[in-house]
Amino acid sequence: MKKMLTGNYASAYGAKVSKVKVVSAYPITPQTTIVEKIAEFIANGEFDGKYIRVESEHSAMASCIAAENTGVRTFTATSSHGLALMHEMLHWASGARLPIVMSVVNRSLGPPWSIWSDQQDTISQRDTGWMQIYTENNQEVLDSIIMAYRIAENEIVMLPAMVIEDAFILSHTMEPVDIPDQADVDEFLPDYNPKFKLDVSEPMGFGSLIMPEGPFMEFKYKGHESMNNALKIIDETDILFKKKFGRSYGGTVETYKLDNAKYALVMMGSTASTGKEVVDKMRDEGYEVGLLRIRSFRPFPKDKLRNYLSNMKSIGVFDRSYTFGYGGAVFSEVRNTMYGKNIPIKGYIGGLGGRDVTMNLIEKIFLDVVNMSEKGQDKDYEWVGLNGDKRWSQ
Amino acid sequence: MKNLTIPEEELMLPGHTACLGCGATLAMRYALKALGKNTIVTIPACCWAVIPGVYPARTLEVPLLYTAFEVTGAAISGIKNALEATGNDDINVLGFAGDGGTADIGIQSLSGAVERGENVFYIMYDNEAYMNTGVQRSSSTPKGAWTTTTQVGKVRDWKKEKKKNMVEIMVAHNIPYAATASIAFPEDLIKKLEKGKNIKGPKFYHIYATCPTGWRISPSKTVEIARLAVESKVFPLYEVDHGVYNITYMPKKNVSVKEYMLPQGRFRHLTEDEIKEIQSEVDKDWNLLLEKEKWTQSLNKVQ
Repeated sequence: MKKMLTGNYASAYGAKVSKVKVVSAYPITPQTTIVEKIAEFIANGEFDGKYIRVESEHSAMASCIAAENTGVRTFTATSSHGLALMHEMLHWASGARLPIVMSVVNRSLGPPWSIWSDQQDTISQRDTGWMQIYTENNQEVLDSIIMAYRIAENEIVMLPAMVIEDAFILSHTMEPVDIPDQADVDEFLPDYNPKFKLDVSEPMGFGSLIMPEGPFMEFKYKGHESMNNALKIIDETDILFKKKFGRSYGGTVETYKLDNAKYALVMMGSTASTGKEVVDKMRDEGYEVGLLRIRSFRPFPKDKLRNYLSNMKSIGVFDRSYTFGYGGAVFSEVRNTMYGKNIPIKGYIGGLGGRDVTMNLIEKIFLDVVNMSEKGQDKDYEWVGLNGDKRWSQ
Repeated sequence: MKNLTIPEEELMLPGHTACLGCGATLAMRYALKALGKNTIVTIPACCWAVIPGVYPARTLEVPLLYTAFEVTGAAISGIKNALEATGNDDINVLGFAGDGGTADIGIQSLSGAVERGENVFYIMYDNEAYMNTGVQRSSSTPKGAWTTTTQVGKVRDWKKEKKKNMVEIMVAHNIPYAATASIAFPEDLIKKLEKGKNIKGPKFYHIYATCPTGWRISPSKTVEIARLAVESKVFPLYEVDHGVYNITYMPKKNVSVKEYMLPQGRFRHLTEDEIKEIQSEVDKDWNLLLEKEKWTQSLNKVQ
């Protein structure tokens, strides 16, 4: 059934058709319409689950952890400062190997206060042991939530996943979205039935103290291995999803006109759709440019990146987040991945606090990347689109 | 022969890793005797995060979820909602947290759970400081006490503030049932928990749990000190059942605050005048409690 949906409503429908048993959430702009839509489903008797209206995001994640540990599928959604407040419990969820799925609406972190989009909130949670799937449109938001449960609950993965959408650009913008039939989703996503849970008929302890001699380190190593397993499972799930629903997103990585390209730009999130427009325009003008969109930042698809990018003459990486004192996180990961290939790679930091990432700006970046292969690389990375900077004016 | 009212079944096994004379172990043992096998327990960071033993050992015979310090209220909510979502409404869910994890860092998630009316048990076992980290002051540390963060030193920097009253905070939430209990009065403690099984909604228990290590007393005095706390009215035993106060044990001996404090190293620095001041505060609080009992019971009769 096709409906006009915002990214946030697509997210709420994603949770609904995934037959989540416990939702625990706390409102924050721009996530709020997700939890409102779920409240509407509950009020209308369309959602067979419990809804805990907690008093903070920290408690949202803590109660999802406890509920998931009791053996049921859980869902929550947050953004920005809410995600930052959850930080402690994000580690707990992955450490406890709980396949919780969470919608995150990318929003900048204050101060100064800003409710608009950038990826600083999720990038800051890189090392919490969560899978991170960045989406580009509202259909992808809904589909990715269904897929995320299937990936996370796979017994060789058993890790939590964030499905990430950009604030306002997706969260509050309507697009036609196909809501899959419940029967099809039920076939694709069976009920969650974990091997271990809190059960009075078989009492077990979860999360007890471990001495340095073990097996703390072994538990963490298993988590690391499982995250690597997820690379394969994400790609496989995308193929299975296409078979069932006819839609595919490339799994861990999506490429656009990259096959015969010489110059690539790496992006994440909805800016990639603007990037694709620029690729089309520049292709018409004779530039051999292409785009690579990372969908899965964790696990990081290093083999695929090396495969797709090894023949490029030069590469640009666009980060919608920052780390004071160095280049962006995506830039760092891509350059590490391409180590030894002797390809010039430059990072571009922009679009912070919701600043528009225009076609004009992306074209300038592409031209810089093209020039770099001939004239040499001027800088490792730079900030683009700052007020007053004529070189990178939007 | 008098009937034994304490269930014989042990759900806490020997072999735990608590200090000698730990009062918190008795609190857990009696609580599980009252609630029985059909119970899921969650424990945040506190002494009891360590007491069950190092993996894979576990001293409790019930399902146990360890959680982070400040999340007990959220964790019991999550477990209970998951059980309700799957039709397992009859299982007791117990949050078992220390005074720091309840009155300080965990008060927000507790407040949320109680306000939402979650059908759960919450026990604050009160050893009156952060004992697992080595005797640091909490908001539940009594006035007059030495701790490692309220040292006596040259300027007498012992704790000057009164203990936070968690039962009153719970009553302000319109909680269906809140009570104090003591490890020295197991029959009273068990009766209150059993009563809670028949009350829908949140149940809060403030259990006095002696800490010989942190209070600087002999491990052989655990129960004796707990008894003195009740007899001296420093820690009255009472319940608030749907807003109605009921003192469940009337002190029989006339024990002074000084007699309660004297055997405890944590109070040894106090002068006669300082103890007198604390005595007058204890008297005032006790009289207030008597009035609350009288008043709320009279209101109940009017209804």
